[in-house]
Amino acid sequence: MSRTLKELKPGDKAVVKSITGEGAVKRRLLDMGVTKGAEVFVRKVAPLGDPIEVNIRGYELTFRKSEAENIIIE
Amino acid sequence: MTYTFALVGNPNSGKTTMFNEITGSTQYVGNWPGVTVEKKEGKARKFKEDIEIVDLPGIYSLSPYTMEEIIARDYILDEKPDVVINIVDATNIERNLYLTTQLIELGIPVIVALNMMDVIKSREDRIDVEKLSAFLGVPVLEASASKGIGIQELVEKALEAAQSRASANSCERCKMLDDAIEQSLDKAEPFVALPARQKGYNSRWVALKLLEGDEKLQEKLKVPVTLMEDIKSFRKELEQKYDNDMETLIADNRYRFISDVVAKTVKKNNKGNILTLSDKIDKVVTNRILAIPIFLILMFAIFQVSFGALGSFTVDWLDSFINETVGGVIKAWLEAGGAAEWLRALIIDGILAGMGSMLVFVPQIMIVFFFLSLLEDSGYMARAAFIMDRILRKLGLSGKSFIPMLIGFGCSVPAVMAARTLENEKDRRLTIILTPFMSCGARLPVYALFAAAFFEQNQGVVIFSIYMLGIVIAVLSGILLKKFVLKGEVAPFVMELPPYRFPTIKGIYIHMLDRSKDFVKKAGTVIFAAAVVIWFLQSFSFSLQMVEDAGESILGFIGKAIVPAFAPLGLDDWRASVALLTGLVAKEVVVATLGILSGVGAAGEDSAELAAALQTYFTPLKAYAYMAFTLLYMPCIAAFGAIKREMNSWKWTFFTISYQTGTAWFVAFLIYQGGRLLGLE
Repeated sequence: MSRTLKELKPGDKAVVKSITGEGAVKRRLLDMGVTKGAEVFVRKVAPLGDPIEVNIRGYELTFRKSEAENIIIE
Repeated sequence: MTYTFALVGNPNSGKTTMFNEITGSTQYVGNWPGVTVEKKEGKARKFKEDIEIVDLPGIYSLSPYTMEEIIARDYILDEKPDVVINIVDATNIERNLYLTTQLIELGIPVIVALNMMDVIKSREDRIDVEKLSAFLGVPVLEASASKGIGIQELVEKALEAAQSRASANSCERCKMLDDAIEQSLDKAEPFVALPARQKGYNSRWVALKLLEGDEKLQEKLKVPVTLMEDIKSFRKELEQKYDNDMETLIADNRYRFISDVVAKTVKKNNKGNILTLSDKIDKVVTNRILAIPIFLILMFAIFQVSFGALGSFTVDWLDSFINETVGGVIKAWLEAGGAAEWLRALIIDGILAGMGSMLVFVPQIMIVFFFLSLLEDSGYMARAAFIMDRILRKLGLSGKSFIPMLIGFGCSVPAVMAARTLENEKDRRLTIILTPFMSCGARLPVYALFAAAFFEQNQGVVIFSIYMLGIVIAVLSGILLKKFVLKGEVAPFVMELPPYRFPTIKGIYIHMLDRSKDFVKKAGTVIFAAAVVIWFLQSFSFSLQMVEDAGESILGFIGKAIVPAFAPLGLDDWRASVALLTGLVAKEVVVATLGILSGVGAAGEDSAELAAALQTYFTPLKAYAYMAFTLLYMPCIAAFGAIKREMNSWKWTFFTISYQTGTAWFVAFLIYQGGRLLGLE
């Protein structure tokens, strides 16, 4: 079973393996630097439980849990 | 000789500040043809050469998925600026260089401006600029737009590049892609050489894009199907070899190249995970418990200032200045000159009042945009979206729509304009359609009048229920419109949370001024024309006689003619429908018109006389249906002008007002007929 970024908790770290899905969401994640080998640090979850905030490539990025589900981690 | 330089960069890279620094007050803001994406142009100051600067939309990539990306790419490819100046945020260099790699591939002269170097220096980080330039194969210059450092040198260097026509280094030394992909490109390039040359595009770039499966480019170049078959087979080969799709492969390659370059050129002072100031602020501002209270307090404060004492003071002052001071002077002058009564009315009540109905919004727009720029430039706007996203997603909107909606409770005009902070066009359109359902301040006098006249015991509850009705209708409309009208792929919510920054006064000032000028110039003409037309219709009869009583005017005649349409809502008295028509000037005018038509003169909302008069042709149920209709039907002409401006399309403007008026009719119908069934009449 491959793990996705959605399963991580704030404070967890992981390395990106690949992105599933296609179209605009995937492309956007790739463009924002969520690519193979990138280190992700889950910083926090928004007050209402979604979206989440991660640190990647030295900056802060936010996306929804539904998008985090597309990010496979090692 | 005129040169054109294009500014390209990520959002939050300081591109706008750089643009302001280079062009000063020469800038001109317009729209890109056919879309509502802002286009800014200006001239470089302090240069004897004629240098035109075009500020392209802030983008993360040249992949043609968003409107902004398509605009930027098409501009660079087809308008062929002499030099592309790429603004790179040095504090976020890895992700910023991703766009740089794509720009370099286009085969046009690129200059990299490494912005925010002052922050790098204060952190005692180091960037080896010469080495970076060598790796990228393009000139790299240090700059700090917010401090005004390195601007002159940047423009000089760009000028040099333009004059020497130094075509971009094809970047032979930097190998961004791996061997297998390069080999495929070698094979594909000859196939596309002809269509690429016809358009003047770099053939290797075309080969890469087609290999990636870029349909937009394929259409643009009209690449023959047979040729695409060959390209597709190259792609299949690569995808099988790596067991991955081509888009991912190329993005992976680019970022691998960048990581490598950054590792060799950037030395960070703090190796550990020291919290930056921005992180510390976020610990509080997006805190699980504090985030929402802080957000609400901020919003409340902004609302209070914009529509409370300061806002209403400026509006009242300007209103009396235009209508009394200026109006008085012109009136005296006209009377002295012996002008005919109709001419005086035309100038004072038609033209001057029409101008006034547009200009009174300007102070409020300035106040609202002062706060909006503050939120946007400081980086808080992205946090607002982060905090509120969960709630607005249900409407098919993102967290950024919350702010326009909130401003809508004050005035629909700045609220509709505030929708421009939404990047996604569909989200923006939907926000513009829904925002007027938030009951603006001008509608309150109408509710106050009817609540006092018909619901004396429960005035507060009744008025509150009308406000809630607007919110409920907005929610339902959001779901409905997203499903049937603004459908299509959901825009991804993948957003950067930029570091907090101190907004510059200059930036805020320019933004406020831009939006006000834009409102007066673009929305103002529509508002002015509409105000004059409505004035004419309600002041003249068909025989072009001036009438005192709006009921006898052309507008009164139209109001009477449409009574049958309002009968199913229980509004079978012509006075009710005529007042709705005059309410298009501004919704509070409904009260004054009802007063005149009921024979009690231009009474206020608290007039007991008017309340008594209304009781002769309204019942409580009818009154409630009327309040609901007033809430929901098309907003006033000023908001109409703002909608036209922001939609940038007559089709969408008419769709918006038809949808709103249709909704108003339907909801009032349900209230009246439902109430009757329940025996409330």
